[in-house]
Amino acid sequence: MAKIKPSQGAAYARIMGVGGYRPTRVVPNEVILEKIDSSDEWIRSRSGISTRHWASPEETVSAMSVEAAGKAIADSGIRAEQIGAVIVSTVSHFKQTPAIATEIADKLGTGRPAAFDISAGCAGFGYGLTLAKGMVIDGSAEYALVIGVERLSDLTDFEDRSTAFLFGDGAGAVVVGPAKEPAIGPTVWGSEGDKSETIKQTDSWEAYRNGRPEKFPALTQEGQAVFRWAVFEMAKVAQQALDAAGITADELDVFIPHQANMRIIDSMVKTLKLPEHVTVARDVETTGNTSAASIPLAMERLLATGEAKSGDTALVIGFGAGLVYAATVVTLP
Amino acid sequence: MAATEKEIVDGLAEIVNEIAGIPVEDVQLDKSFTDDLDVDSLSMVEVVVAAEERFDVKIPDDDVKDLKTVGDATKYILEHQA
Repeated sequence: MAKIKPSQGAAYARIMGVGGYRPTRVVPNEVILEKIDSSDEWIRSRSGISTRHWASPEETVSAMSVEAAGKAIADSGIRAEQIGAVIVSTVSHFKQTPAIATEIADKLGTGRPAAFDISAGCAGFGYGLTLAKGMVIDGSAEYALVIGVERLSDLTDFEDRSTAFLFGDGAGAVVVGPAKEPAIGPTVWGSEGDKSETIKQTDSWEAYRNGRPEKFPALTQEGQAVFRWAVFEMAKVAQQALDAAGITADELDVFIPHQANMRIIDSMVKTLKLPEHVTVARDVETTGNTSAASIPLAMERLLATGEAKSGDTALVIGFGAGLVYAATVVTLP
Repeated sequence: MAATEKEIVDGLAEIVNEIAGIPVEDVQLDKSFTDDLDVDSLSMVEVVVAAEERFDVKIPDDDVKDLKTVGDATKYILEHQA
């Protein structure tokens, strides 16, 4: 039998740089209240959200991604042409094919990297990060770019008082490359397809094309079921990720959960019994829920404001439609 | 050993106090969680999960919406506790 030469990559992988893009338009709760019977106080108490960003027609999935990824590449200190893979996680790019990743890769001047989109909802960043880490260690890419990008305002039912205020738009990106020490822990991830109805798009594109329903499809969720799953089941997953990385809560510097809802974040912190010294990302207050973009956006902001610093140990966990989840411990770039 | 009605109401009062800051003496059988005790839908989930642990009972999401009053929750726990 012919002998196949094995691939060879780096011993370990790390996040080398992070970048984010938030659309120019800031939307306060007052704008949301034009279409629903609610109040600023109610929205804040149920979600912790005071403002979110909505993209203009020019701030496309591609344009936001290029901005965020450009910053991540600059932050990492490498050149765009060194990137061997571009992974884009999104559920709000409304063209099935080709993948938006190839256009983004081209606009970034990356050369000819492997480029593809993934769909893993609000766990998309963790899924992409895990793939990128595997590529770097496997050697199929020396450097891999992971982008989480959403225009969830395009998938929001502005007349639904339980969800109209939740979602926002934006893009976050990281560059993953070789490391001498472990800087991305084992990923604890999975799916619970039996709960696929818990968070979903109301109707398929096919049904919409056929005129049923008349209303454009939007994101919908069973609030209480999502809350219970996110807080109590995901706290277990977060703990498993800490255990898998051999990190105790005391050794943790930063906690960056998916920015779904402040109430979920607060309850997770309580359930996980995180020590006082752990910095918790609360970007949802001014960014809303941006699905796959939320973790890198929150990471970028914590580093930019100085609330977290390079070299800090951070627990990241994404969870959402599928249901799917992914958690890991990383060293911040 | 299965909890009595009084033990369940007392336990729920402690839980509601812990989660929503409502005085324990306000938590009575006829009180509505949302209308009287200011427990919103998300806090209700936390109350339910805490009650599950305390009384060794499973309360599925579909049943939570039927638990309008402290009395409803107490009856449910009495009937379903292991």
